[in-house]
Amino acid sequence: MSGLKDAGHLFRFAGLFVIAFVVFLVVRGYVVPKTFGQYGHYRGASIGEIAAHPMKFAGHQACESCHTDIADTKTKGKHAHVNCEACHGALAQHADDPTALTPVKPDTAVLCARCHMASAAKPKGFPQVDPADHMGGAPCETCHNPHSPAIGSDTSTSAATGGTK
Amino acid sequence: MNISRRHLLVLLPAAAVGWKYAMAGTPEDAPNYQMSEHWWGMLIDIPKCIGCGNCVRACQTENDVPDGFFRTWVERYHRDDYHLENPEVISPDGGKEGFPAVNEGPAGEYFFVPKMCNHCTDSPCTQVCPVGATFISPDGVVLIDQKYCLGCAYCVQACPYGCRYVHPEKKVADKCTLCYHRITKGLTTACCEACPTGARQLIDLKNPNDPIHEFLRTHTVQVLKPQMATGAKAFYNGLDGSVR
Repeated sequence: MSGLKDAGHLFRFAGLFVIAFVVFLVVRGYVVPKTFGQYGHYRGASIGEIAAHPMKFAGHQACESCHTDIADTKTKGKHAHVNCEACHGALAQHADDPTALTPVKPDTAVLCARCHMASAAKPKGFPQVDPADHMGGAPCETCHNPHSPAIGSDTSTSAATGGTK
Repeated sequence: MNISRRHLLVLLPAAAVGWKYAMAGTPEDAPNYQMSEHWWGMLIDIPKCIGCGNCVRACQTENDVPDGFFRTWVERYHRDDYHLENPEVISPDGGKEGFPAVNEGPAGEYFFVPKMCNHCTDSPCTQVCPVGATFISPDGVVLIDQKYCLGCAYCVQACPYGCRYVHPEKKVADKCTLCYHRITKGLTTACCEACPTGARQLIDLKNPNDPIHEFLRTHTVQVLKPQMATGAKAFYNGLDGSVR
């Protein structure tokens, strides 16, 4: 055992290493977020934070729960699969509290042209018109109900009558 | 009970795998949503896209995307019948306000290609992050922990599809979250909600009743840059060979 008498310096260094390691563990425990590594090499809690982002689009299910008349008109027409907010814009605020925000009726001259303006670049089967040639540029809703656009279809809930029963 | 060293060596990895499996799908803030039951992606149906830009505007509204930056954008391709390698591509302001009308006449094929994060299964962007700020969630969505991101932009360079940018005010990486705040509540993404023709559809590859399985079986579907082997989950139907 006489060899250990000269090994004191080794034990002092070992002690330093142990202290440094404990300090490292304490600092690491403090610095690394609690949920880091919960699912993988990232902070697990960030998933919940991203999922908590507020919504701007309510989704057509929310619209249809109140505006059943429009929903009925729409299911029969060619715009059955065009969701409400595709034209009316993001209205989650209105869906949460209908009095908080009154939606503005879209201007059909701009709105309809966005999709139906004639262009050779669009798919051939898609209905397209040049507004200048088509009825001399009269407002689209004069003849078409935007919720069911075929001429002669149900117009009782057209945009022209407000559509807000 | 005595466990020999040999048995311990077998048992420990098995327990680790079991623990990992048990931990998957225990989300924090959405009690009815099980991450382990979903594997999200997107179907983009090129022949249905009319280039109206609704998706771009909806995305910018929903996610507060700053002007001049895009989480999704639409490109219009024009290629004549033999210049497959050099199509003319335009995307004015990301296609946000649509595209200039084209008169009948010029030869060749026109089509619109909506682009977005492909939410790759083997995503290059998450692999290069030095701090673990970007990751693939257990339900297959590539997300960014913006509190952890340093803004080094390695991931911006690594994405082969150009889908990331550094947010001009937050100075951290930003990208499509596949509207994670919506899909975890049973809604579709803002771009899909706003698409008037159904050219974009949110898909759940783990849902056996999702029509995507039938669609993938019966259509010619491609991903962008398949040679990069990114495991992209944005599936394009009717994708022209000239698209890069």
